[in-house]
Amino acid sequence: MKKKLILSALTIGLISSFSQLQANEFEVRGNIELQGRFFLEDPSFQTQHDTYLSLAAAPEFLWQWNDGNDSLEFIPSARVDQHDDERTHTDIRELGWIHVGDGWESRVGIRRVFWGVTEFQHLVDIINQTDAVEDIDNEDKLGQPMLNLSLVQDWGIIDFYVLPYFRERTFAGAEGRPGIPFINSNEVFYESDDEEKHVDWAVRWSHYIGDFEFALSWFEGTSRDPLLIVNPESIINPNIDFELAPYYHQIRQLGGELQANLGDVLWKLEMIHNDNNFEDFWALQGGLEYSQYGIMETSADLGWLLEYGWDERGKDSRSNFQNDLFFGNRLAFNDVDSSELLWGLSYDLDHKSKSFLVEASKRFGNSLKVSLDVRLFQSDEPEDSTFLFRKDDHIQLTAQYYY
Amino acid sequence: MNIIKIGLFSITMLILLTPISSFAAEENKGLAISKEAKSRDLGWQDSQAEMEMVLKNQHGETSNRLMRIKTMEQANDGDKSLTIFDSPNDVKGTAFLSFSHPNDDDEQWLYLPALKRVKRISSRNKSGSFMGSEFSFEDLTSFEVEKYDYKFIRDDKLDGQDVWVIEQFPKDKYSGYTKRIVWIDKAEYRTQKSEFYDRKGSLLKTLTFSDFKKYLDKYWRAQKLEMVNHQSGKSTVLTWKNYQFKQGLDEGDFNKNALKRAR
Repeated sequence: MKKKLILSALTIGLISSFSQLQANEFEVRGNIELQGRFFLEDPSFQTQHDTYLSLAAAPEFLWQWNDGNDSLEFIPSARVDQHDDERTHTDIRELGWIHVGDGWESRVGIRRVFWGVTEFQHLVDIINQTDAVEDIDNEDKLGQPMLNLSLVQDWGIIDFYVLPYFRERTFAGAEGRPGIPFINSNEVFYESDDEEKHVDWAVRWSHYIGDFEFALSWFEGTSRDPLLIVNPESIINPNIDFELAPYYHQIRQLGGELQANLGDVLWKLEMIHNDNNFEDFWALQGGLEYSQYGIMETSADLGWLLEYGWDERGKDSRSNFQNDLFFGNRLAFNDVDSSELLWGLSYDLDHKSKSFLVEASKRFGNSLKVSLDVRLFQSDEPEDSTFLFRKDDHIQLTAQYYY
Repeated sequence: MNIIKIGLFSITMLILLTPISSFAAEENKGLAISKEAKSRDLGWQDSQAEMEMVLKNQHGETSNRLMRIKTMEQANDGDKSLTIFDSPNDVKGTAFLSFSHPNDDDEQWLYLPALKRVKRISSRNKSGSFMGSEFSFEDLTSFEVEKYDYKFIRDDKLDGQDVWVIEQFPKDKYSGYTKRIVWIDKAEYRTQKSEFYDRKGSLLKTLTFSDFKKYLDKYWRAQKLEMVNHQSGKSTVLTWKNYQFKQGLDEGDFNKNALKRAR
């Protein structure tokens, strides 16, 4: 019912603004990518492989009319993976209509929204579900259906969101790597009787004064981050092996963001308070980014990244970053090919586990971008979440063609 | 001994006194011309244009950059501008919002469309290359009188035009330059040429302005800017196209929401 209402509201709105159609603009852009993942050790699970090839595409269709005050954006995405049935998937990243009024803006449809300031972990970012099969860095998001009203005031920008439909997190399948084959993402449990139709809502106020950027947000609804529970079926039914299934509970989350640009140093802080029927806790991610411009008489810039992640629930919680230190460098060559190199190390001060990443990229000509990523994991404690990935060191080579 | 001292003293006095008075005059004249040049370029309200950059390396290989720029004048403050990148293809949709201030650090935000993320960035990176070109960020920000100290050098001729030659010394300690020398034509107060001197005081780059066109019967814009880097042998030709003025841009076209929907 609610979905129908939203759909008809969208249709009426679209028709009425299409009728004022004057200077109509249409554009297609996007990219196609070919990716290879090469694992350096034998897998932890028998179902996994050593080499994975995949092909992905994400075209973008953009319409603009009414002098740019109305626009429609459609971005479907698809990936085909050589082995992993779950990574072979499609999604609508965006199918949204934006209308700009005087001091306000409405955004209706499927969209992606980012909140936050830190680099190694995005605590506050909660509107969209993570498309975890795309990459383990949690940067890829599934499109979220929403009604979003944004008001621009002298005292900042305030955004209201109604989120009528929930998107389940994607998990690697039995043959997927890195992955945990005994998570069955086809069995899903919800705390709310409305299940994925629970209507979530959120509000965020963001503002800046001089060199200080800040935001406060409130979210009420289905947790994007599931609890993993033992699938009751796998206990009752002897034909099913032990498996875990995602359980999505209801949460209320307060988020705070702060960034201070003081000279060459950007200070960054994200904090959340999460309150639900199982636990309530505080967590934070904070640190700094210091930049050196034109190092060693070249045009290259070198950034130094240092962050710390803390979670009140501590060592035995399911949080990955409960007492973790992050360190890294970002080297931008500022050359014609936009060559870049980023490396980072995360160190779990409780479990003494480490993970290491390198991301290097370079453009060839006007349309081709090649990236080389390296991910290394080290963990000796089975209680640590990194332990399941300890044999998943890999090199990832990606060629993207942009048009 | 005393005579030598007195002699030295008077020589010092001579050195100190004469330049002080004439330096003040040179400074005032340099400032006055620069002020007039700026004031002749006030009142255009807002502008939109397309910019193409052709980057050429020592071997003559070229690479292109395309972008659209919207700018709005501010009363008693620096301009606000929004830049949208169209080429190379992988940076399509990346957008850059900048509020420039004559006496303060600029405020700058970058929108990264792949992550849907708006990042407040540090404006300290003045000397860094813009998109791999020979233009640095500070070369592309709007000219504000308060950002420099001035010294008038001489009257001269450049390509048959009468010009003033003025030295401009950036006040900002983060500037990549110790000074720039500008050639301003006497007829219309347009900068025809600039030389940029690096932190060691050596000549780094020369910028030449050409294909001037008059808009709204008052405002001159060079359609072509060529920057040559004498130290690296690289150069960048910047071409402006489709200038439009007074299209009614307002504050709503220069905030974070506008940055996010820039395509």
